[in-house]
Amino acid sequence: MLMIPCPDCGPRDETEFGYGGQAHVAYPEDPNQLSDREWGEYLFYRENTRGLFAERWVHTAGCRRWFNALRDTVTYEFKAVYRPGEARPDLTQGES
Amino acid sequence: MAEMLPEHPDFLWRNPDPKPSYDAVIVGGGGHGLATAYYLAKNHGMTNIAILERGWLAGGNMARNTTIIRSNYLWDESAALYEHSMKLWEQLPEELEYDFLFSQRGVMNLAHTLQDVRESQRRVNANVLNGVDAEWITPEQVKELCPIINTGDDIRYPVMGATYQPRAGIAKHDHVAWAFARKCDEMGVDIIQNCEVTGFIKDGNRVVGVETSRGRINAGKVGLAAAGNSSVLADLAGFRLPIQSHPLQALVSELFEPVHPTVVMSNHVHVYVSQAHKGELVMGAGVDAYNGYGQRGGFHVIEEQLAAAVELFPIFARAHLLRSWGGTVDTTFDASPIVSTTPIDELYVNAGWGTGGFKGTPAAGYSFAHTIATGSAHPLNEPFALDRFETGHLIDEHGAAAVAH
Repeated sequence: MLMIPCPDCGPRDETEFGYGGQAHVAYPEDPNQLSDREWGEYLFYRENTRGLFAERWVHTAGCRRWFNALRDTVTYEFKAVYRPGEARPDLTQGES
Repeated sequence: MAEMLPEHPDFLWRNPDPKPSYDAVIVGGGGHGLATAYYLAKNHGMTNIAILERGWLAGGNMARNTTIIRSNYLWDESAALYEHSMKLWEQLPEELEYDFLFSQRGVMNLAHTLQDVRESQRRVNANVLNGVDAEWITPEQVKELCPIINTGDDIRYPVMGATYQPRAGIAKHDHVAWAFARKCDEMGVDIIQNCEVTGFIKDGNRVVGVETSRGRINAGKVGLAAAGNSSVLADLAGFRLPIQSHPLQALVSELFEPVHPTVVMSNHVHVYVSQAHKGELVMGAGVDAYNGYGQRGGFHVIEEQLAAAVELFPIFARAHLLRSWGGTVDTTFDASPIVSTTPIDELYVNAGWGTGGFKGTPAAGYSFAHTIATGSAHPLNEPFALDRFETGHLIDEHGAAAVAH
């Protein structure tokens, strides 16, 4: 089970959280302007990164807030958590 | 001492070094890759081909699944594909000259709510119209077929009936892989292990080879059959797949005398159980929620499925969990596979089988081989093309997939 560092509540068990998939996927500004291809990509295509992945979580059984996390999808280690609307942290410095 | 040991049995396949060039290479030496190579050689006469496997043969999901084989899917497209797979399963032990313990012991999909009952009966009717053996059975019939199920009405989700497919069953997964591998090898297919694909060589928009950990290999055609790592390969090749990779876990108990004569699946309380030939109770449940390539998941998922199993099968309370493990499954948003051409010429993809790829092994190989050999889909996999996520012709099998994802 993952120990997830909620930005508001601190480290809590995975069972308290819901998963929201890839972060930073904006709703298209004008869906009517999109081709079928582009709309299909918005609906069904998400990054499936092997490695560092920006994703959304919600602390359902705690503060009930959404937040973003940078997590390694191989080791499952959380590298950073940050609030929705904030830019993805740059972890390249100091990374091995 | 050594001279007293028996002779090593014959190896089932050679371990050749890669040739500089093949007519086709299949990336991924699991069940689907092996079946694809088998049908390429057998049905399409392509024998100058290789299977490239990053690790060892059938060491990924082919070694980790719960071996359930069935074809009771809801939609016409899926029923056609999975029923074709079932018919191939029925002839493969003889065709491959290998008894891989295909046991048609039937599968029940339990219904625990009124909505379950309605959906299950609808699926039975759809199955019958599609020529798939299926019937609706009452709790009394459930009990008769599998006496250890608790069909009492004093549990949280009582058994209200089940769909039953008598021709469904299980098979010994590693023997299936070895059976395909031996036949592929006999027909001249090179099975190359410890050979990781690290890049794709293209001439314009056409793939002409792969870079591997064992050097460059030229290929007229390339087929991807890499399950959980399909997106990673697609990224390397320069196209996208609508796939999310998740951990999926399974477990076994210690060995028991035969107590469980069939396969029982419950979507609602979320567990599926059969008893392997050796005697272990084999169980699985749903995927872990998050994206993951780590081939492991959370123990709370195991706890939940064991809780469901013990409620359905009270005698399991005295069984011990012997081993649990995880694989990486490639899920799509409509819970149906992708067997398709790609935006890159002569590059083909077989992926997105999610939690249910084992049962589809023969049909995946059969239809994917056709697609690779001819450059266009077989009628069986035509609906499972990549462009359905653009046209909207999704094949939503979340109900019959029996595993939440």
